[in-house]
Amino acid sequence: MLLVASFTAASACGDDEGAGPERPRLTVSAAASLKQAFTAYGQGFEDASARFSFAGSDELAAQIRQGVEPDVFAAANTKLPDQLFAAGLVEKPTVFAGNRLVLAVPADGAEVASLSDLEQDGVKLAVGSGDVPIGSYTRTVLEKLPAARSRAILENVRTEEPDVAGITGKLTQGAVDAGFLYVTDVRGTGGRLRAIELPAELQPSVAYGVAVVKGSEQPEAARAFIAGLLDGAGAQALGDAGFEPPPGP
Amino acid sequence: MIPARRGWFGALLVAALALALLFLTLPIVAIFVDTGPLDLVSSLGEEGALEALRLSLLCSATAIVIIVLVGTPAAYLLAMRRFRGRAAIVTLVELPLVLPPAVAGIGLLAALGPNGILGGVVKDAGLELVLTTTGVILALTFVAAPFYLRQAQAGFEAVDPTWLDASRTLGASEARTFLRVAIPAAGPGLIAGLALAWGRALGEFGATLMFAGSFRGITQTVPLAIYERFSTDFTGALALSAVLVAVSAALLLSVKLLSGSAWLGGAAR
Repeated sequence: MLLVASFTAASACGDDEGAGPERPRLTVSAAASLKQAFTAYGQGFEDASARFSFAGSDELAAQIRQGVEPDVFAAANTKLPDQLFAAGLVEKPTVFAGNRLVLAVPADGAEVASLSDLEQDGVKLAVGSGDVPIGSYTRTVLEKLPAARSRAILENVRTEEPDVAGITGKLTQGAVDAGFLYVTDVRGTGGRLRAIELPAELQPSVAYGVAVVKGSEQPEAARAFIAGLLDGAGAQALGDAGFEPPPGP
Repeated sequence: MIPARRGWFGALLVAALALALLFLTLPIVAIFVDTGPLDLVSSLGEEGALEALRLSLLCSATAIVIIVLVGTPAAYLLAMRRFRGRAAIVTLVELPLVLPPAVAGIGLLAALGPNGILGGVVKDAGLELVLTTTGVILALTFVAAPFYLRQAQAGFEAVDPTWLDASRTLGASEARTFLRVAIPAAGPGLIAGLALAWGRALGEFGATLMFAGSFRGITQTVPLAIYERFSTDFTGALALSAVLVAVSAALLLSVKLLSGSAWLGGAAR
């Protein structure tokens, strides 16, 4: 136990010194739904060696509030970056992408074919927990339905997952019949899931916000990373993954 | 025993222990520094907190009952008999000890999930495991059982074989010897294993989230509730953590006291 403790301490010190001056290391905390697009973008990013931490946006924001300092914070909404900006923890956020909420079902043998099927007894549904953007967008959609319908759907919720990865996993493993996801997540499963579009009047405006975290030791590289998301390789990677341009105000 | 003498080596040992103690207790101290007794009580009043605690206690206790009922005779066999492949079995049984919880969760899904290798069997039997309370119990049993098995096996191995022989010579059956001699004699080891396994079960997070999901009152145990609060309500998460520390510490302490008396009881027999 003790050996482990002292080795960990020693290696942690070594790690700090080991960061070479040539290519700075850029730490990016990003929403789980950005995983594929950002990983692709990061591999070709030349200003720095990008290292990603993907999780629910709310959890990453909570880490920043607790003093964790990545260089860039990218969230699946604009609320969290705005809140951190108001708290003086990040620089002014930029909206860099849009997305669409869909109803995701297994590609083969799906029991759910439409939103109204979700109201039937025995249908198993996975949603995001109320704090993570995917969960709050889902609740926004359901609130637009008549109360009886949204109640019937909520009664079929079997799990409230902390991020989109959890919902995707429960779906691909057959643990649930349907789940609310971003259209990009469905594309990312390589055909294992199918997206059922939501009626336009229910569709929430899904906008992704990004900001440089205050105290970043690589502000230049961080800004270059964000610039590339708006116009360049990052925007390209986002487009390839199915993200939409930032929605208008 | 190392004599408590001066010298550089003695100083090194003391420094090492001090460092270990500091490192291991600091996070626990920090939880309580930020959480007054009032916060503890009010955190339990929050929506879902008591439900999570009730669920944690229910699921972990059920898992422990299963583990003890199956694990005790299994560990006894491993401790008493020498047979081909025994070492391999011991290693396999201990493997979940070193498995990351996420691997345990994936493995359970791959084995017993709807698309898993036994998924059809589970469904035909009319059982529903994923995203249910039963699934939580299953996940806890899987991750906690090796802790008990290991300790129980060591406990049985430490029993003086002449006691068992004496019991058999006096005409007691194998079953009676197991129940009346081996179990009481191995008592402290069994209870220590039970405490470790229970503590592990109470703290289980990753396998539960993956296999059983997170839903209030059904599958959201205290660690999952802490995780849910972390993003929006750090104070609430801290308070709930403090509750879990208190429950686990109470468990460990009562088991230590119990095993003290069990040891005396065992020695008196």
